[in-house]
Amino acid sequence: MEETGSLTLGERERAMLAGEAGEGAAAAMRLVADAARLLGARRLVPVASAHIDGCLYHGDAGTLFAEHLVALGASVAVPATLNIGALDLMKPGNVRMPPERRAMALRLMQAYQALGCRSTFTCAPYQAGHRPAVGEDVAWGESNAVAFCNSVLGARTNRYGDFLDIACAIAGAAPAVGLHLPQNRRARLVLDASALPDRLKDEDAFWPVLGALTGRKAGERVPAITGLEGFASEDRLKALGAAAASFGAVGLFHVVGETPEAPTLAAALDGADADVERLTMGDIGEALALLSTATGADEAVSAVGIGSPHLSLGEFEALIDTFAGRRARLPFYANTGRHVVAELEARGHLPALDAAGVTLVADTCIVATRIIPAAGGVLMTNSGKFAHYAPGNIGHAVIYGSLADCVETAVAGTLRRDLSLWS
Amino acid sequence: MELTADTLFAGTASGAFLPLTAPLSFWGGVDPATGRIINGRHPQRGVSLAGRVVAIPDLIGSSSSSSVMLELVHAGLAPAAVLLTKVDAILVVGCLVAREMGLSAPPVIRRDTWDGLPEAAVLAIVAGAEGATIRPA
Repeated sequence: MEETGSLTLGERERAMLAGEAGEGAAAAMRLVADAARLLGARRLVPVASAHIDGCLYHGDAGTLFAEHLVALGASVAVPATLNIGALDLMKPGNVRMPPERRAMALRLMQAYQALGCRSTFTCAPYQAGHRPAVGEDVAWGESNAVAFCNSVLGARTNRYGDFLDIACAIAGAAPAVGLHLPQNRRARLVLDASALPDRLKDEDAFWPVLGALTGRKAGERVPAITGLEGFASEDRLKALGAAAASFGAVGLFHVVGETPEAPTLAAALDGADADVERLTMGDIGEALALLSTATGADEAVSAVGIGSPHLSLGEFEALIDTFAGRRARLPFYANTGRHVVAELEARGHLPALDAAGVTLVADTCIVATRIIPAAGGVLMTNSGKFAHYAPGNIGHAVIYGSLADCVETAVAGTLRRDLSLWS
Repeated sequence: MELTADTLFAGTASGAFLPLTAPLSFWGGVDPATGRIINGRHPQRGVSLAGRVVAIPDLIGSSSSSSVMLELVHAGLAPAAVLLTKVDAILVVGCLVAREMGLSAPPVIRRDTWDGLPEAAVLAIVAGAEGATIRPA
């Protein structure tokens, strides 16, 4: 064993650094080892899979780096899925982008595939068949996927960002710090939801609001939420995690009685000291207000966008049911992965969506690339993550509502919202 | 006057000192095509980081900041040096990737506070494996 500062590398890792697995693997291991030293890791941990958030185009250098790894002969050592890119490869006309940027964005997506990553292009890889086991160490990027992977699947990952995710996937290892270590997965904040009405907990629209609240309250602490037993579903936990990771920096949350590391509150705490806060309808009202930047009073809703994280098949079926044969008068964007598009096709759902006037967006999403023609409108959404990112990323004010609010608004062509939900 | 600091990414640099007065996320906060602060809520919106010794009181936000750092280095618009108060891997990963591509990335150093360095003074930074020094150039 070789001591490098406080980081000790194993035999396989040193061989990789020395180039025995090729120049590309050596470059990736250099990056992982340097990051590990910086983070104070004493060792690396082998990872079983990766989800790569590097194929969204930010500029030419990102494309050139991915192509550099390809040229060095690198390839992923573990199964790896890809997050969204900047293009809809299934319907290229959905995205408006100058030709030079489009070409570089495409080269980026292709380079990651050439490294051996699967062309999933989704921010919900966990609903596209990528589901690591409880306790497994993995290297995932994309904040909502990280939150879901840790919290709902019980696998272990830190919040890997651009470049470090693909480096870990090629090296097959990650710095052994943070959420890879069991003692850092214990809850340090308990949010008690038992005083909130059950009828609210049974509304899908409650969960992103609870997520935003959790994100704001948690800070750097792992939160455990109590009082939700029997109300969670996979899609609700997905919405909770995405909002918590957008409005805060939550990489792991526990829902007592619902998520794998929290069969009981005592299990989630595992002896750790935690602060306890009792949630009130006042807290819910404040979090709900965070999710909208417009009131709809001065400016008309210009478009509706749902599907961040990408919609599941079940969420599409609920969408079709809510439209109930009617048609949207406003532009209506439903974002999803190609895995769900294939399911929709197989089940014969595409004609119903088409008849409802729904624009399907796959491989990317409306806040990550230019799909909605112009900035300056008002976007209505039931997604906590869209509510957070739409103003900054695409220059749209947002109004948050339930799925029913979104559909009724789209059908009426003007704001329709049932606020009795929140009273 | 000379201050010492920890090295997060080694290198030597000099440039005009630019202390930021509010937290900043590079992703969504700095335009990779111009090097200027673009976050509408930041008090120094419009100020260019390019070639400056930038002290950042609190680095926040997305892990896509690594990408913005790499794009800035690639475009020749990166800060001359970055002065932080906490260990941060995200910007440094951008620097590590830039080095991997044969580009010259700015030193990143850390100490508990950067109070006491005069604004607009030109500072010289030497950041090596054993630690970093900052003094007037």
